[in-house]
Amino acid sequence: MNKITDVKQLSENVFEMTFEAKDICRERKAGQFLIIQIDSDFGERIPLTIADSDEENGTITIVFQAVGTTTMKLAQKKVGDKLENVLGPLGTPTHIEKFGKVVCVGGGIGVAPLFPIIKALKAAGNEVTSIIGARNKELLIMEEKVANHSDKVIVCTDDGSYGIKALVTQPLKEACENDKPDMVVVIGPPIMMKFCAETTRPFGVHTVVSLNSIMVDGTGMCGGCRVSVGGETKFVCVDGPEFDGHKVDFDNLMARNRAYTSHEQESTHKCRIGLTRG
Amino acid sequence: MSDVKTLTTKERLAIAPQMMPEQDPLVRITNMEEVACGFTAEQVMAEASRCLDCKNAPCVKGCPVSIDIPGFVKAAEVGDFAKSIEIIRESSLLPAICGRVCPQEKQCQMYCTVGKSLKDVEKSVGIGRIERFVADYDRAQGNSSIPNIAKATGKKVAIVGTGPASISAAADCRKAGHEVVMFEAFHKPGGVLVYGIPEFRLPKAIVEEEINTLRKMGVEIRLNFLVGRTRKLKDLIDQDGFDAVFVGTGAGLPNFLNIPGENLVGVFSANEYLTRSNLMKAYARGEAETPIYQSKRVAVVGGGNVAMDAARMAKRLGAQEVHVIYRRNESDMPARIEEVHHAKQEQIVFHFLRNIKEIKGDADSRVCEVVLSHYKEGEPDEQGRRRPELIPGENSTMPMDTVIIAVGNVSNPLIKQTTSELVTNKWGNIEVDESFETSIKNIYAGGDIVSGAATVILAMGQGREAAAAINKRLAK
Repeated sequence: MNKITDVKQLSENVFEMTFEAKDICRERKAGQFLIIQIDSDFGERIPLTIADSDEENGTITIVFQAVGTTTMKLAQKKVGDKLENVLGPLGTPTHIEKFGKVVCVGGGIGVAPLFPIIKALKAAGNEVTSIIGARNKELLIMEEKVANHSDKVIVCTDDGSYGIKALVTQPLKEACENDKPDMVVVIGPPIMMKFCAETTRPFGVHTVVSLNSIMVDGTGMCGGCRVSVGGETKFVCVDGPEFDGHKVDFDNLMARNRAYTSHEQESTHKCRIGLTRG
Repeated sequence: MSDVKTLTTKERLAIAPQMMPEQDPLVRITNMEEVACGFTAEQVMAEASRCLDCKNAPCVKGCPVSIDIPGFVKAAEVGDFAKSIEIIRESSLLPAICGRVCPQEKQCQMYCTVGKSLKDVEKSVGIGRIERFVADYDRAQGNSSIPNIAKATGKKVAIVGTGPASISAAADCRKAGHEVVMFEAFHKPGGVLVYGIPEFRLPKAIVEEEINTLRKMGVEIRLNFLVGRTRKLKDLIDQDGFDAVFVGTGAGLPNFLNIPGENLVGVFSANEYLTRSNLMKAYARGEAETPIYQSKRVAVVGGGNVAMDAARMAKRLGAQEVHVIYRRNESDMPARIEEVHHAKQEQIVFHFLRNIKEIKGDADSRVCEVVLSHYKEGEPDEQGRRRPELIPGENSTMPMDTVIIAVGNVSNPLIKQTTSELVTNKWGNIEVDESFETSIKNIYAGGDIVSGAATVILAMGQGREAAAAINKRLAK
């Protein structure tokens, strides 16, 4: 079970991995995620988003950044290896219907979970504009896949090494001013989602964000992933991961995501020793 | 085997209750080992000789699974531990677990004639401790016998969850000759026995062994499988060929208090705190990759067993001070007396008639202080418990860096959300008829998902009853 069938390195520490997961493949929908644990005894359970699936072969594709202990160990896995524990699909799927004009904004690795949503929105008959951004050209992922399912693609890099030199909020603002979308979907680092939500707020455009918070079980049992949405406490794992971006308390989310920073620095230091790839 | 003198009732009542050997409190707060070390054989026989072997056996009425208590206690008295465990196993699958975590003082031991005669429930025959001894003795002998399995029926039963209710349902359905598959969302089976109850109260090796007995019986356990998401509940019957399903998914969703500051960094549900430290082994620093918050001053809110577990775990993980905050008075605490006693020995500080009103954070949104409101005992409610009454304007503050919320769990709504036909009550518990069948034919449920958060043994009892109903249905 969960045998790895393909591994690609997309950039310095971003990897794309495909593995067999028939059950998950059968049920998964856009917007859902997985919990992966490498070692049953002492490993950490971490949430990872689904980037794609192949129903014919019963495989799931994930894209992840090797930044923590588990993702670094994951990056060392090779084709033929097995992933010990994969749970999913988790979370409430994206609400897909024909909204009309939709802008999808992806930042960094956030483009990966955004891709299935772009695909589903396009298939539902929406006019999809995709804005994808990264710090530089090297870090930009999945451009071609996104382009294949979008009516229009705008690429931004922070350093201008590719596409336009801008933050994703700039083309998003222009879209709101010139050709107001019916809906916006944003996935990326919390700070980027926060500023995208602030960008669309004055225009009153419904803005969906997909949150990635600290989780243990991913099934509603621990509440570690809780986030404040419109003054109410919600669990990202079962109530989300998608919420109304205009209601999310991003500052609280960012603070909560930093809860274990010191522990992580300690363990990733240990982990980098022995990291061969990337 | 020792000679048994025929003792008179008076003589039996005069035998002093045996003291459970325990790790020294100051030593045990530095390790994860079990607190209570267990009786010696001599102690068990002495304790068992206190039993009067009452004709009407009032203790049995207090047992949710009706174990023949005088039967196993009398066998233990004469040192026939093999017979003793055999008698228990006729009614209970998990004696080593129940002997440790059952609230005996509210069940069998509450009705014990010895305790009643001595006017002190704590002086009742130590039924649970005897049960624990004979179960451990049996395990040490390597006698984990496998029950007889009936001839294959060709029928398939799915069990959702692997906690106490599911374990007992799975065993009974398998014994009837059905193929049984259990589905567990976590990477390890056992439910609350592995994620919730700490190692120092219930060693995980014991749980593993009980689960292995199921495997040896031919029960298949599928891990990392969340029914509702990985597969819809009804698809198990409609698509996957199961003839019946038992849902024993428990009460897993933690309650929060909805007070200001509850989402600050350093505030945890007891579920999260205990799952990190038990299932994820965060106590094994350097080995476990799952982090646990580094705490110096911890406030635990609540007065149940889970609150005691969280407080005592925090102490073991290195907190200098652990404070339990409870809205009512000590005598109202739902926690077992023994757990409260152990907590006090471990220097946990209790604050009764106090409730947390607000949690304050520093510039980094980390907990730095709690604000408590004060209560006094008011008029008794219907159950005779005195209602806590707020003293307006009376508050106090305590510096804290961690707050653990242990104010109960409700049922996980996932199965309901993904199974529209399933009828639940206003608390989200699944409604069942007298045979534990839900509103959907051939789908049964039992344990905390039906009754709300309760005990291991009650869940086991319901699992057995549901299994009996399933076996009856499938025999048709």
